[in-house]
Amino acid sequence: MSVTNPVSTRTTPALDAERIRQDFPILQREVHGKPLVYLDNGASAQRPACVIDAEGDCYRQYYANIHRGVHMLSQESTRAFEAVRGKAAGLLNAASEREIVFTRGTTESINLVAQSHVRPMLQPGDEILITGMEHHSNIVPWQLICEYTGAKLVVVPFSDAGELSLEDVASRITSRTRFISVMQVSNALGTINPAREIVQLARRHGLTILLDGAQAAPHMPVDVQDLDCDFYVFSAHKLYGPTGVGVLYGKYDLLKAMPPWQGGGDMIRSVTFERTEFAEPPARFEAGTPNIGGVIGLGAAIDYFQALDPAAVLAHETDLLRYAEAQMADIPGLRIIGTAADKAGILSFVMEDAHPHDIGTILDADGIAIRAGHHCAQPVMQRYGVPATARASFAAYNTRAEVDALIASLHKVHDLFGR
Amino acid sequence: MTDLADLYQAVILDHNRAPRNFRRIEPPRSRALAHNPVCGDTVEIFLRVADGRVKDLAFLGDSCAVATASASLLTELLKGRSTDTVRTICRQFEAVLSGDAEAGILPESLQPMARVLHFPGRVQCARLAVQAVDQALHASRL
Repeated sequence: MSVTNPVSTRTTPALDAERIRQDFPILQREVHGKPLVYLDNGASAQRPACVIDAEGDCYRQYYANIHRGVHMLSQESTRAFEAVRGKAAGLLNAASEREIVFTRGTTESINLVAQSHVRPMLQPGDEILITGMEHHSNIVPWQLICEYTGAKLVVVPFSDAGELSLEDVASRITSRTRFISVMQVSNALGTINPAREIVQLARRHGLTILLDGAQAAPHMPVDVQDLDCDFYVFSAHKLYGPTGVGVLYGKYDLLKAMPPWQGGGDMIRSVTFERTEFAEPPARFEAGTPNIGGVIGLGAAIDYFQALDPAAVLAHETDLLRYAEAQMADIPGLRIIGTAADKAGILSFVMEDAHPHDIGTILDADGIAIRAGHHCAQPVMQRYGVPATARASFAAYNTRAEVDALIASLHKVHDLFGR
Repeated sequence: MTDLADLYQAVILDHNRAPRNFRRIEPPRSRALAHNPVCGDTVEIFLRVADGRVKDLAFLGDSCAVATASASLLTELLKGRSTDTVRTICRQFEAVLSGDAEAGILPESLQPMARVLHFPGRVQCARLAVQAVDQALHASRL
């Protein structure tokens, strides 16, 4: 069996979700006496045994601090840690592994770019451009540097369907715009934004741009050279990897021109009390002992995800999305929030008589894990006039049978709360 | 297994569907807003005190069934009572929701809310209203 991949239109082999499920130990468990149906992947995905083992093997077999020891364990740890830089570069098709900086996650990656690349170039009255659908982590770091510098945040609105128009983006780029930061896929709406076209707009105006790939990198092929973005960020834990680890991709020339963000060990060439010389990127941005086991776990997660084939993952999750949407249309009072033509496997919705929090509790009783809340995107909630939404978000291991369970449980919600 | 009927009892569903005292008091002598940062829910309490009594008590908010029912039951119970009694009941309700006291110490109408203790993720929903009443009462003395 094969399906047509909407991105490349080449034929992608269909995922065998039932086989993939065997790789994830947690999916065998029950919740409230029902098989776990995990549909909160937008918040964090689960880990396959190979990721758990990779991190465990590091601690069991060769763990030591990296970049400093002459002893065998330190060399083995360093080798395993540094190998992940190449894997991450491969995942994103970066030109060089020197362009990969390890961070604590998407949030830290964005803060790093804000403080180290953007803040030094800001004058009062300068502008940073973001969109109205951003996650708090792509709003607040910019507000912080605006506060320090007197720059201001300019927000591109989006349509009722949850789509950006390139005209709206273009019309908000002014002579004062200094930087653009946009999410590739919306965590609250599922919209796949025209990232490549927005980067081209930035290029045309000589601006640098960051793409927040937190909800994109785990679900589709990403090619930073094709996108031509200056910075690309994502978190390991949404890509079947450990928490507390993230990646910042940056074009090398830009990274090289950036001052360090945090000072400490591992990011220096030499230190005296008079003067410190900083290391070259990426080490310059990796002060202190990093999450060694976590990064090694990320390496295993990248291998796993690559082996699934990111294009096949996207096709699979898109199939689940369409399948779920079609059945949701039959549930009275249910409204999907975010109806963009181009969507990733994220389904945000509200129900007329049931609050998202209550939906979440009723689904939980059936073993179904979804997110209920504002998804760290309160401006998006305000845009739609809702305090919160319920959100089901898919991963490679989800199945149509799980969507059926979701739909059955939503009918229960309607029966309990519907007037 | 978690029994949903425990949380969504008829009385709670009823107060959610038709919340009592769901209005603004104009002009509000005192008001307070309780906010649950986890879900973004808010309960806003309006309160009017005169002669040591809570003469009027109302609420607004776009909240889940648990938060709405809790506010509805609480306003219905507390309206017209002395500020001392209101303070005592609020303290008792908070103690029960914290697991520090048995539900039996509560006035009967509030007792169904104690079932929320079986749903740890939802306790804060039940707590919003009582926190706001407490704050509004405090503000009324300033």
